[in-house]
Amino acid sequence: MAATTPPGTRGHARPSPRRPLGAVPTGVLVLGAIYTLFPVSWVVVAATKSKAELFSTSTFAPGTGLLSNLADLFAYREGVFWLWLLNTVLYAGGGAVLSTAVSTISGYALAKYAFPGRNLIFNMLIGGILVPSVVLAIPQYLLFSKAGLADTYWSVLLPQILHPYSVYLARIYSQAAIPDSLLEAGRLDGAGEWRLFRQVALPMLTPGMVTIFLFQFVAIWNNFLLPFIMLGDDHKFPLTVGLYTLLAAGANQPSLYNLIITGTMLSLIPLIALFLTMQRHWRTDLSGGAVKR
Amino acid sequence: MRSAKKGTRAHRAGAVPYLFLAPAMALFTLFMALPIGYTVYLSLRRTKVSGLGLGKGARTEVFAGLGNYTAAVSDGELWAGWLRVLGYGALVLVLMLGLALVFALMLDAAHVRLARFTRISIFLPYAVPGVAATLMWGFLYLPGLSPFGEHPFLSADLVTFSMANVAVWGGTGFNMLVLYTNLRAVPREYYEAARIDGASELDIALRIKIPILVPSIILTTVFSVIATIQVFTEPTTLRPLTNTISSTWSPLMKVYRDAFVTGDLYSAAATSMVIAGISLVLSFGFLRIVKNRAFGES
Repeated sequence: MAATTPPGTRGHARPSPRRPLGAVPTGVLVLGAIYTLFPVSWVVVAATKSKAELFSTSTFAPGTGLLSNLADLFAYREGVFWLWLLNTVLYAGGGAVLSTAVSTISGYALAKYAFPGRNLIFNMLIGGILVPSVVLAIPQYLLFSKAGLADTYWSVLLPQILHPYSVYLARIYSQAAIPDSLLEAGRLDGAGEWRLFRQVALPMLTPGMVTIFLFQFVAIWNNFLLPFIMLGDDHKFPLTVGLYTLLAAGANQPSLYNLIITGTMLSLIPLIALFLTMQRHWRTDLSGGAVKR
Repeated sequence: MRSAKKGTRAHRAGAVPYLFLAPAMALFTLFMALPIGYTVYLSLRRTKVSGLGLGKGARTEVFAGLGNYTAAVSDGELWAGWLRVLGYGALVLVLMLGLALVFALMLDAAHVRLARFTRISIFLPYAVPGVAATLMWGFLYLPGLSPFGEHPFLSADLVTFSMANVAVWGGTGFNMLVLYTNLRAVPREYYEAARIDGASELDIALRIKIPILVPSIILTTVFSVIATIQVFTEPTTLRPLTNTISSTWSPLMKVYRDAFVTGDLYSAAATSMVIAGISLVLSFGFLRIVKNRAFGES
């Protein structure tokens, strides 16, 4: 690929009549990238500004206040920000692991066994996609309160384990990745069903499980409504709810803006890092799921 | 001996799928079926106050029939909320899915440069929580901080557009990737054949690629409609920065307020059933209309 040729210049080797069109898609995509990167780069620069600089210096001029902003943020309510970060890792990590496990074994059972009620169970599990989260979140809160479990880690963790779309994906991956003949051969060799699942199916499902894990991790990390409804104690908050309370407390006090901006900036780092390192999995596995739909 | 063994194995395998599905079914029962059932139950109840409403036993829960539903349907504030969300949702759906489609087609176009960098950049907001996205844009909208000058982005006239921008920013990349991965699965020979016949890149995009994408566009639209109807995070997060967003700006915000601020669980339950009903009707209705138009002719 002559990727080094700048758009718009006519290459000698390829006098293609469609040459100028290459500039149009590239230009549109670059505009799109500028649009998406703009607020992220703004928040990174703004987090370096001191209180005075935030309102006085020009938008993209780096400031001198990053260290004091970080110190202020970590001192806020005895370092509750770190707790929010840890809680988020716990909710997203624990929830995504459990969700991947439940989705995988359910999808495998639905794909590889014929049994009465299979379609009914599948449709019930999948129907959850269409149920708006609000219909669930409020009664979930009331039921958790009755069980004495509202405002606990469980109240945020448990409702996010079952994820209909992941069960659907796991079923599709199982259908595509595991040949029936292999399971049959294992059964003839006397392997039990659990061993077949553990030793034959699981290794073949690993790429699909990575995708399910990533989807769920991001979904739980980004969730606001459920923890917002479930939790009252700010020591159990995830980042989303914590940042919201920071804003609600500081919206009328421009002196707190630095704190909020720095917190927002820090909250972006873990997920963007995960996202960039797992780039390959997003692409290949998303296409795998989409194509086999 | 042999057949007996086979028999037991078949029997064991018969119970196995149910055992494998047991965790999912337990979670489904506890965290989906039970809450839905409870919402239906609550939506049919109301508090009855006897006497002055003081003392123990003065407030009792009684059957309300469809009273909460008629109240929800005739609630002017809820309808105003639906109208606001309708305007907001139309903006978001058209802009977000339109941009996603354009970007997907551009990524798939011949001779595109910087495809990897731009694809990752445009997908990046998927990794940004809605609260964080709203905070970033919220500060960018504030006069005094905004690099766009002193425009009243959060005024009553513009707040819907400003909020739609946050959702478009956050959602375009994911939808773009879904459409783009579908395009990548199309054999390149289709396009070569069209080019030999003299079709331009624009012709190929309009006449081949978009028709191929129709099923995925329908699917992404349905999911986006469901998400848009339930809009909650963006207006709730933006609210502290402006007085133009009421606590009942969207129907879901009204449900939250009814349940947790005013403490009227029964009308909150009825309203959330109405929201669920409307989102089901809209997504199924949309599927039907589009299916008839897209596939009915062939």
